[in-house]
Amino acid sequence: MAKILLEMQNITKIFPGVKALDNVNLQVEEGEIHALVGENGAGKSTLMNVLSGIYPYGTYEGKIIYDGQECKFTNIKDSEALGIVIIHQELALIPYMTIGENMFLGNEQGKSWKIDWAETYGKSDEYLRTVGLKESSRTLIKDIGVGKQQLVEIAKALAKNAKLLILDEPTSSLNENESKDLLDLLLKFKENGLTSIIISHKLNEISYVADKITVIRDGATIETLNKETDDISEARIIKGMVGREISDRFPKREKNIGDINFEVKDWNVYHPIYSEKKIIDHVSIYARKGEILGICGLQGAGRTEFAMSVFGKSYGEKIKGTIIKDGKEIHLNNVQEAIKNKLAYVTEDRKGNGLILSNSIKFNTTLANLSEVSKNSVINKDKEYAVAVEYKEKLKTKCPTVEQNVGNLSGGNQQKVLLAKWMFADPDILILDEPTRGIDVGAKYEIYCIMNQLATEGKTVIMISSEMPELLGMCDRLYIMNEGRIVGEMNAEEATQESIMARIIQSESE
Amino acid sequence: MEKKNDSAKVIEFIKKYAMVIVLALVLVFFSITTGGKILLPNNISNIISQNAYVFVLATGMLLCILTGGNIDLSVGSVVCFVGAVGATLMEAAGVPWPVAVLIMFGVGTLIGATQAFWIAYVRIPPFIVTLAGMLIFRGLSNVVLKGLTVTINDQVGFLKFFGGGADCYIPDFIGRAFGDVFTVNLTCLVVGFVAVILFIGLEIYGRLKRLKKGYEVDKMVPWIIKLVLISAVVVAVTILLSMFKGLPSVLIIVMVVVLIYSYITSNTTTGRYFYAVGGNEKATRLSGINTNKTYFLAYMNMGFLAALAGMITIARMTSAQPTYGQNYEMDAIASCFIGGASAYGGIGTVPGAIIGATLMGVINLGMLIMGVDQNMQKVVKGLVLLAAVIFDVVSKRGFKLIAKN
Repeated sequence: MAKILLEMQNITKIFPGVKALDNVNLQVEEGEIHALVGENGAGKSTLMNVLSGIYPYGTYEGKIIYDGQECKFTNIKDSEALGIVIIHQELALIPYMTIGENMFLGNEQGKSWKIDWAETYGKSDEYLRTVGLKESSRTLIKDIGVGKQQLVEIAKALAKNAKLLILDEPTSSLNENESKDLLDLLLKFKENGLTSIIISHKLNEISYVADKITVIRDGATIETLNKETDDISEARIIKGMVGREISDRFPKREKNIGDINFEVKDWNVYHPIYSEKKIIDHVSIYARKGEILGICGLQGAGRTEFAMSVFGKSYGEKIKGTIIKDGKEIHLNNVQEAIKNKLAYVTEDRKGNGLILSNSIKFNTTLANLSEVSKNSVINKDKEYAVAVEYKEKLKTKCPTVEQNVGNLSGGNQQKVLLAKWMFADPDILILDEPTRGIDVGAKYEIYCIMNQLATEGKTVIMISSEMPELLGMCDRLYIMNEGRIVGEMNAEEATQESIMARIIQSESE
Repeated sequence: MEKKNDSAKVIEFIKKYAMVIVLALVLVFFSITTGGKILLPNNISNIISQNAYVFVLATGMLLCILTGGNIDLSVGSVVCFVGAVGATLMEAAGVPWPVAVLIMFGVGTLIGATQAFWIAYVRIPPFIVTLAGMLIFRGLSNVVLKGLTVTINDQVGFLKFFGGGADCYIPDFIGRAFGDVFTVNLTCLVVGFVAVILFIGLEIYGRLKRLKKGYEVDKMVPWIIKLVLISAVVVAVTILLSMFKGLPSVLIIVMVVVLIYSYITSNTTTGRYFYAVGGNEKATRLSGINTNKTYFLAYMNMGFLAALAGMITIARMTSAQPTYGQNYEMDAIASCFIGGASAYGGIGTVPGAIIGATLMGVINLGMLIMGVDQNMQKVVKGLVLLAAVIFDVVSKRGFKLIAKN
């Protein structure tokens, strides 16, 4: 048996309100490619952040043993000094700097008062050749494609003398050929003794490169499969990833589903900056009154982009398609028009796109529908207060008063304020994007109850979620989305996590 | 546990009223060091007249800062330019002053709107646009005035209205009715007392109305303390003013501006949008609010109020000169930040900015009476600004001095 390079023992990491990792164990042998798989939010990235020191020693429980030594990293520099290098899903390169400058950013060659540019570019060129790039290291990052940028990231890691390379979804933005090249490169480095941990959703890739596969689910290690001894087929991996029962975590609802009242037909959207890149490709969906409709898919499938582009074109360029509401075609050119036509979009990014954290619950609750509490643009503050209190009680938001700043609330309560804001806007069609992300089980249940109530009242709820059990438990019907397309439609009763995952994976090769 | 709550309350109170407390302390300090001179009626009157332009500009600047910590650097130059145009119109062209005032407002608003267009719709950073404006209008002021001073001699009505010249106080017509037997200005006293009675009446009315409808109200004791303190300050100031020459007419203008803008920022939808845009622009846009328009209004309004400040400035100086208005933008910006506005936007109030401006005014006058060197005065003002913002930032971080790396 080869030497154990890394051992993570009983790692537990708690965020306010959520246990992200619960006694996770991971063993990686020297010179192997070890894959980490699990659903979105299972805890893979959190685990890697613990390993690389992004979450410093002391903020988690458990032990990290690397190369026979216990490690207590306080920041990412500490882990890099030992050769543990992480490459994040979001590339961390600066577009208007050259490849060479990026490669040695924070690790500049020469002296701190005199950078040795000859050395920088000379070494950079060498590393570029190792990863199979022919570009000059004086090329600007913005002038090379995403695939090559990913290779630059790897070269940068090698320049840091990486012994253990961690790749978080390295192929998510690459096409098939680029992905193949990258994986082959990893296999080549393995021959030279480099150890890698790869996080990926693409199970075919994992079967291709990995020696061992550790499955993480709900913040706990489920199993580790060995290529030599175990079955590592996609079906077997999926079973490990999703194998849990849906119990009564979801409240029951009296179904009262009416006619089709909302349709989006032949919807196409291009990327706001890279205008030749198609983000949404001929998507058509419909929804019924009183229905909870789910849209599932992996991160990056285009669900959020689709929802936002429908909601008053708040995402994307060159948007084409038809929206029909209550039998009439409507044109939503901006958010004002979307709200006027009784649409609401509750963002997945409640801090970034949803709430004004520096202001009160009251302020946030009425923001999208201020005209309801004002006359001739003068706000009736008493009425506003009453509205805020009404919604606070309706949604059971836990706060001392509605004058409390939203920034001081827990995630679950912030989510309730965001929901209150859009419920007060009184929409017919309510799009909820990851409504339970990062909140605890109790608050999740309360949010499910609110969703049920809205549907019972005759509203149409469209729910985007990466948590499949939640979609299966809550929705009447599901669309499956992948790479900007709708790749399947299922009734929730017929759908299983396995069948959805299989549909997504199958569509990758279509 | 209870003890912890109490100390948390104390910290909360200090955070909320920090600058009021500082202002009070500074007043006490200067009362001692100047032997009470700073509280003499003529000095109180001076603080108001000398700083009227700061009050007006700080009000406008607050809106810009609210939209995202942005500042308008062109203010001083616009003040000068509008003043130059006005003085030239009134003196050289003999335009009647009410017409000239309308033209000045028009010019200021147009300048504001032009800069606002680039900032709001084309999204050129405010810093750049207004830096350009600062250069342009300083230059144009020189052009309009041909590098000279234009003195306002003929338009006495203008001077009186905007608080300049020898006779810029509200006439004591009540005292006159009694045949001028009193040594104090009766009109001033009456106005002050009526204002206090109105204020207390409105507060009680509002409280009763809210109680009747079952809404939450402030706790009784702090509410009464607040009423008593504010009333006492207003009464004290009016008594002092009445012992000098009465109400400066510019105080009326300042009060109107402050009341209107306090109302707009706290009670109207438009005012609300300034806070929302500064707090989180993306979320605001996704709430169906036109954020471009909000930016536009803030900077256009700044031009409008710069015009008003221009009038106040040339009235007080009874002339227009190409150098007027220098560093006025800095006074306004400093007042806002001292008054608790956030350098990142979304937080701040008009009364806060006014307190900030008053604090600067008191420090200026106090040091002047003490005979502190002009240059040292600048040093002190700089330190006060820095200290105020450090306090603001650090207190929001839970009193941790060093930011997390």
